[in-house]
This record gives sequence, C-alpha cells and structure tokens, in this order.
Amino acid sequence: MKRIVPEVNASSMADIAFLLLIFFLVTTTMDVDTGILRRLPPPIDPNVPLPPPIKERNVFTVLVNAQNQLLVEGKSGNIYTLREKTKEFLKNPNNDPNLSDKATKDIDLLGEIFVSKGVISLQNDRGTSYETYIKIQNELAAAVRELRNELSIEKFGKKFLDLNEEKAKAVRKAIPVSISEAEPKNVGGNN
Amino acid sequence: MARFTKTKSKKLPTVSTSSLPDIIFILLFFFMVATTMRETELFVNITVPEATEVQKLEKKSLVSFIYIGPPTKPSIYGTEPRIQLNDSYAKLIDISEFVIREREARNEADRPFITTSLKVDSDTKMGIITDLKQELRKANALKISYSTRKIADKK
Repeated sequence: MKRIVPEVNASSMADIAFLLLIFFLVTTTMDVDTGILRRLPPPIDPNVPLPPPIKERNVFTVLVNAQNQLLVEGKSGNIYTLREKTKEFLKNPNNDPNLSDKATKDIDLLGEIFVSKGVISLQNDRGTSYETYIKIQNELAAAVRELRNELSIEKFGKKFLDLNEEKAKAVRKAIPVSISEAEPKNVGGNN
Repeated sequence: MARFTKTKSKKLPTVSTSSLPDIIFILLFFFMVATTMRETELFVNITVPEATEVQKLEKKSLVSFIYIGPPTKPSIYGTEPRIQLNDSYAKLIDISEFVIREREARNEADRPFITTSLKVDSDTKMGIITDLKQELRKANALKISYSTRKIADKK
C-alpha cells in the first residue's frame, strides 16, 4: 500500500505574515531627514596670521538682537525684505559703490563672468531665538538659490537643480555661499 | 459538434486564497526594507523650525544627531533646554568625546563626510547653540545641518 505523506497545513501562514506585517507597519518611520546644511569655520589657529580685513563695502552685516530684531547694514530691517536686499547686495546691478565689489573670473563653461566679492556676516546674540536664526539662514540661502537659478536660466536655460554636475559646479563657483558667522557676543544680557 | 457540458452544481466558485500569503509577504518585505527603527529615545521635546531651503541628508549612516530642547519631564529636570547625546543628557564638555566616538564608529574613508544634524527645538535661545557650535568647531566636526521641516515657499 502506498503511504500518503501528510501535507503541512499552510493556512495559518497568512496570519503569521500578517502579524509580522503589522509589526513593521507600526515601527516604520519613513520621514526623510531634511535640514539647512552649513559649514562651520575651522578653529582659529593662533600661529596662523589673521587674514587681511575685508573692505567695508564687501560686507553685508546682519545683526540680530535678543528681541529678535534685525539690523541690516546699519538700518533696522525685517525678515521679509532681507532676501531682496541680500540679492541686491550680491548682484549689485548698477555698480553702486556701497554694495559689493566684483571681480572678473574665468570659469569653465561660463566664460568670463563677474563674481561678487561680497561676504554676508551674520551675528546673533545669545538671547536670539533659534526660530528667528533659522528664518534668517533660510532667507540668506533663498537669496543665493534665486541668484543661482537666475544665472542658470540665463546661461543654460535650465533651473539650477536640473543642471548636470559640471554645470552646477560652475554656477556654484560663480555664486558662492559666503556666510561668515562672527565669534559669539553677549550683549543682550540674559541668556 | 462541440457541446458544452452543463455543470450540475449551482454553487458559486470560491475565490482561491492560496496566493494570499504571497501577497502579504511582498508587503512585509517592502516594510522591512523601508523601516528605519528609531534607535534613540528622546528625553527632550523637539519641534524643529520650518524652512523652505532644505536639503536632504543623503546618507543616514553618516549622520550623527545632537538633540536640544526642554526636558520631557520638567518636574525632575527643569524647563531649561538640555543637550541630549545618544541616550542621556550631556554637558558641553561631552561634545568633543561624542564627536570622536562617532568618528571612530565609521570607517576611515567615510570620516570626512560625517554630518552633525542639530535637532533643536524652535523656542531655544541661541546661547546654548552658539556654545555647541564652538565645541563642534574645536572638535573639527564642521559639517552641520540645522534640522528643519520643509514648507512650500510662499513667494
């Protein structure tokens, strides 16, 4: 007589798989981490002489106090006009002697181009709120992004993010991010 | 001439469920791959600020996190913002050791690309962050990312 091999009952397999599925569903966090990327300046080496001071006209000063108020280039400013002012400073379309100086540079793919010598100096107080600080960083980043976009469209007819690596590198060189954060100061009193 | 044989039974045919486990398994594998488990428990309350100019952090394995915010248990730890590294509260002097440990945990080739992501509550004052940034500079961890949520640009 032929022996019948008993089959394994697989009907509970679905239940087991379901349990595992629910476990992973619950533990999954699929949020991508996003943030504003910045580079800190390297620590100051006492043996290396200080770099020569930058000319006054090439520095765009943004000060924030403990009450989250802005002082842009010596005048009280606000967050909504900061982007436009930054763009105007870096671009300096009318060669205003008070705005940033330009230097001609020869960059691959772009040819001879004016590169701004401007540096944005951001100084905050210990009492400034982080939210305001991020808003300012965001506006400054937005200004740079818009300038890069404008240049990309003018030269390549595409947005900066759609450029290939070489072209993006050229545009980055033409419009560098130069945000300098001064050594911290404590003028607001309370921490 | 062909003739269709009439089926005698009037019962509805049952839907075969034998492929159900396979379907579930496919879903299971998807979630297994997509899962990143939260490895640290947060002891501080953090609502990160919003920004429009955000960039994605490319490689998760090359990111080390520093959390700053008010403690979750104010009755024990007070309401002043605290720094959290890994699984415990930390002081500013612990930062450099933390950076070194994070660096040693990665292989040599990846070390220059380590990004420190600052997850800071939006109500925090800049004082503690400025101190932290000075510590990071001393420890030569220069690539940082201010963690923010992305919102659409209004303009």
